[in-house]
Amino acid sequence: MMKQTRFSYIRGMMRPVLMFMTVLLFTGMATLVLAETGAGSAQARIAPVGEVRLQGQPPVEIAPAAAKAAEEKAELEAAPQPRRADYPNVGMSSRAIVWVLAQMHLFFGALVLAVPLFVLMIELVGVYTGDERYDDMAHEFMKISLTGFSITAIFGGSLALALFMLYPDFMGYMMHVFGAQVLVYASMFFFESFFLYVYYYGWNAFRYGNLKWVHLTLGLLLNASGLTIMVLANSWATFMMAPSGVNEVGAVVGNIWEIMKGPLWNPINLHRFIANIGFGGAVVGAYAAFKFLSTTDPEKRAHYDWMGYTSNFIAILAFLPLPFAGYYLMAEIYSYSQQMGITAMGGILAWLFIVQAVLIGTILLAGNFYLWSGMSRTEGSERYKGLIKVIAFVLVVSFLIWVTPHTLILSASEISLLGGSHHHILGPLGIMPAKNIAVNLMLIATFLSFQLYRRSDKVATVRWAPLGNALLIGVYVAAVVNIIFLGVYYGYFTNTVYKVGSSVAQVSTTLVVIVAGLVIDTLMFRNAKRLPSHWGRIPDRAQYALFALPIAFTWLMALMGYVRSSVKTHWHVYTVMKDNSPDNFIPTIGYAGNMITLVTVLFLLCVLFMFWVANLSGSRQAKPEATAGGEA
Amino acid sequence: MKVLFKTLGFSLGLTLLFTLVTYLLPQVKGEAPVEKKVDLSSLTMEDFIALGDDIFHNKGTCTLCHKPAPLGRAPDIEGDDMVAESAKRLADPRYKGDAKDAEGYLRESMLHPSKYVVAGWGKKGSNDSESPMPPVDKPPIQLSAMEIDAVIAWLEAKDGNEVTVALPTAAAAAEVAAGGAGGDAGKAPAPAATAEEALAKFACVSCHSLDSKDTLVGPGLVDVGSRLTSEQVRQSILDPGAVIAEGFPPAMPTDFGAKMTVNELEMIVKYLAEKKG
Ligand code: HEC
Ligand code: HEM
Repeated sequence: MMKQTRFSYIRGMMRPVLMFMTVLLFTGMATLVLAETGAGSAQARIAPVGEVRLQGQPPVEIAPAAAKAAEEKAELEAAPQPRRADYPNVGMSSRAIVWVLAQMHLFFGALVLAVPLFVLMIELVGVYTGDERYDDMAHEFMKISLTGFSITAIFGGSLALALFMLYPDFMGYMMHVFGAQVLVYASMFFFESFFLYVYYYGWNAFRYGNLKWVHLTLGLLLNASGLTIMVLANSWATFMMAPSGVNEVGAVVGNIWEIMKGPLWNPINLHRFIANIGFGGAVVGAYAAFKFLSTTDPEKRAHYDWMGYTSNFIAILAFLPLPFAGYYLMAEIYSYSQQMGITAMGGILAWLFIVQAVLIGTILLAGNFYLWSGMSRTEGSERYKGLIKVIAFVLVVSFLIWVTPHTLILSASEISLLGGSHHHILGPLGIMPAKNIAVNLMLIATFLSFQLYRRSDKVATVRWAPLGNALLIGVYVAAVVNIIFLGVYYGYFTNTVYKVGSSVAQVSTTLVVIVAGLVIDTLMFRNAKRLPSHWGRIPDRAQYALFALPIAFTWLMALMGYVRSSVKTHWHVYTVMKDNSPDNFIPTIGYAGNMITLVTVLFLLCVLFMFWVANLSGSRQAKPEATAGGEA
Repeated sequence: MKVLFKTLGFSLGLTLLFTLVTYLLPQVKGEAPVEKKVDLSSLTMEDFIALGDDIFHNKGTCTLCHKPAPLGRAPDIEGDDMVAESAKRLADPRYKGDAKDAEGYLRESMLHPSKYVVAGWGKKGSNDSESPMPPVDKPPIQLSAMEIDAVIAWLEAKDGNEVTVALPTAAAAAEVAAGGAGGDAGKAPAPAATAEEALAKFACVSCHSLDSKDTLVGPGLVDVGSRLTSEQVRQSILDPGAVIAEGFPPAMPTDFGAKMTVNELEMIVKYLAEKKG
């Protein structure tokens, strides 16, 4: 009865909330459309990029010396420098069109790349444990993402079409630079599709014994082609940020390998690889949560609870190393071009890292909340109730430190007073050190939650257990003290050069905690006594964490894509090919927010469609009575 | 269905919450540099300095790094007196560059940042042998020689130092004038087309007689071409205090350098140098 009343209470709440959301959504869309068509601002958008030049004189040549060198070798062809009039005008922002298509393609690409990766892992676990439930779950993960491959291809095709139509000079140049590599990329699709269909449809046909190994090999080949596709595509993005294999005017001087292997290629490969797994885990988690909420059958609830738990496990596990990969990427950007690094972290884009903070905070809080709620599954979790309150406190405080130090609302005149981005008093709190302390503490707290969860159904039996615990507590305390000290000391009392260095030390500290935690627990819980645990025994509200996770991930991904693209400022290919289109400015963060919300909602709808199709295959219409009667 | 609506509502709500966060932040656009036409026939030193100021803060993206402490990632060249700083740099035994004066040092810092790296600001791990600053004449900053001059002019002028860079060449100016391109009239008084017009515009004749040796406030100029070379004429206009003709008070305005266009100055100098009495 309790439940009944709570539900109707929530339902009562839901309606006004939903209506409010709808209104918000529509106003959002309306402003978006207005911004898009740029009513009245057409003139403003047409101001060309330029240099100061003498009236009546021809424009200054770009890097004339290099151009002369290019002339000497006849076959060298410089990057085109299109004028504004060379860009087709379709009556709305070309960038917005490409933005939406590219992001949708990336979302689905990331999803279908990631799912087979962890599906293969789960399948392997199934083989080693001999527990068929793993095998079935892996198969189910494949099933629900299957339509995603077609959706990826559809958006990919539309994106290519849009790019060639709207940015012909740029695409011409990219094709010229990458040449046959693009064909390799296209051909990989055939391999990918082949392995995908055989892997998926052959699941039950190749299920046991040696055939299982054939199946696993197929999965490996599927992943190999998927990863190849990803790194090939990444090279285009990184070439645009940090061109290599071309000279100062963009003429190709290196071979395709030199072109691909730019300074940012591997950092992006790594960061995307990890992020994609987290993203994929988060999305399939939403499926499990939805199925869990939709059924009352305890057996099904147990199954989907377990599936949701596994998804969350994958998402959070992939998430933990992400900031490290992020630092690596950022550090490589700085060393490639200080200018670009500072454009990202210190210029007008700096504000957007507050949004990143909110999103990462959401992910961490949701992941933790889910873990804590999940402790109700086991009987040994009572022990940790007190600690969880502490973790929650640390998380929330760190989160607030991360977000609040910047003044949130500034008037336009205040901004110009501050020289664009930083407040002279609040600014120091907003720069990385304070935030770094918070981020690392949040990661440590999350890992602690995770560790407690893993411990909650076990009791250690080794004799040195108290010593192990003391050691672990020591590691945690030392790490926290070290992180705070490093952040405060290097952050506020030395100059900028050391700040980046100190964040590396902080991050390493966090890494040490994670490794120490894993090692100590593995040793300590060998042959541990198992306490009973019950899948499905988790409150409904915990499932909402599994929705918050993919939404925040999706939003985060789109947001970071905006950064990646914006740090190039008014260049198609940084330092080599200028962007002279009407959209060569960095849009305001509010505009970006609208675009990101648009793509997130579109993605949500497509994912719903994908899940719906997956469910169709499992249902069969009952034979209509009438027809049956007619036959009789 | 109920579950669908609830979960969808939750997801949309969260999405909108994130959108809201972006609305709370300052809405700044990162404009691409906008083309600026410089009409030499109406360019004054004041304009040129203002141009340097603008390039420093916008197109040059210098303020990305050059900001006051603690936010700066480079010396605060806007706040410091760079002519004085340059003298210190040149006196530093570590200095191995080719510059002899402040102008040279500033230009060298922009074109070859690694020639001399200010202590403590070098690339990490390079022990101050490599500057993180990109050469400003190369992409992505890509300033032209004239723009670099303008920045130097501004760096010198902002602390009241003498501006040593010359305005863009008069030869180019003459060509521009011949081309008859119309500047943005209305903003500043229209540039004079002839030397006579220019002399009238700057009211030279209210102090100098042009057709006699009679002294009004200043000396008569009818024979000035025989007394001074055109170089000296130019100097007397730009920097009247340098050499004061005997017996005259320092009454001549000192801001002609800033007010006259390159073209006007050249016309006047030429006209006067030909006046040999
Ligand atoms: C990516 C960051 C960055 C940008 C952008 C940048 N600088 Fe620098 N600049 C530095 C650093 C770091 C130094 C100190 C190291 C050195 O001496 O090269 C420096 C040094 C200088 C110096 C010598 C300062 C001194 O105290 O001796 C001058 C002059 C200068 N920059 C001018 C400019 C101008 C003008 C621009 C814009 C067109 C600009 N810089 C853009 C980073 C930058
Ligand atoms: C402070 C550390 C981090 C920095 C500096 C950073 C930086 C970046 C940059 C520049 C990109 C653009 C790459 C691209 O889209 O091609 C990116 C992408 C991304 N980042 Fe991070 N990141 C950091 C931490 C994180 C964290 C903690 C997450 C957690 C979820 C994350 C998730 C993502 C995702 C999902 C993408 C998109 C990947 C893709 O498009 O395939 N990042 N990051």
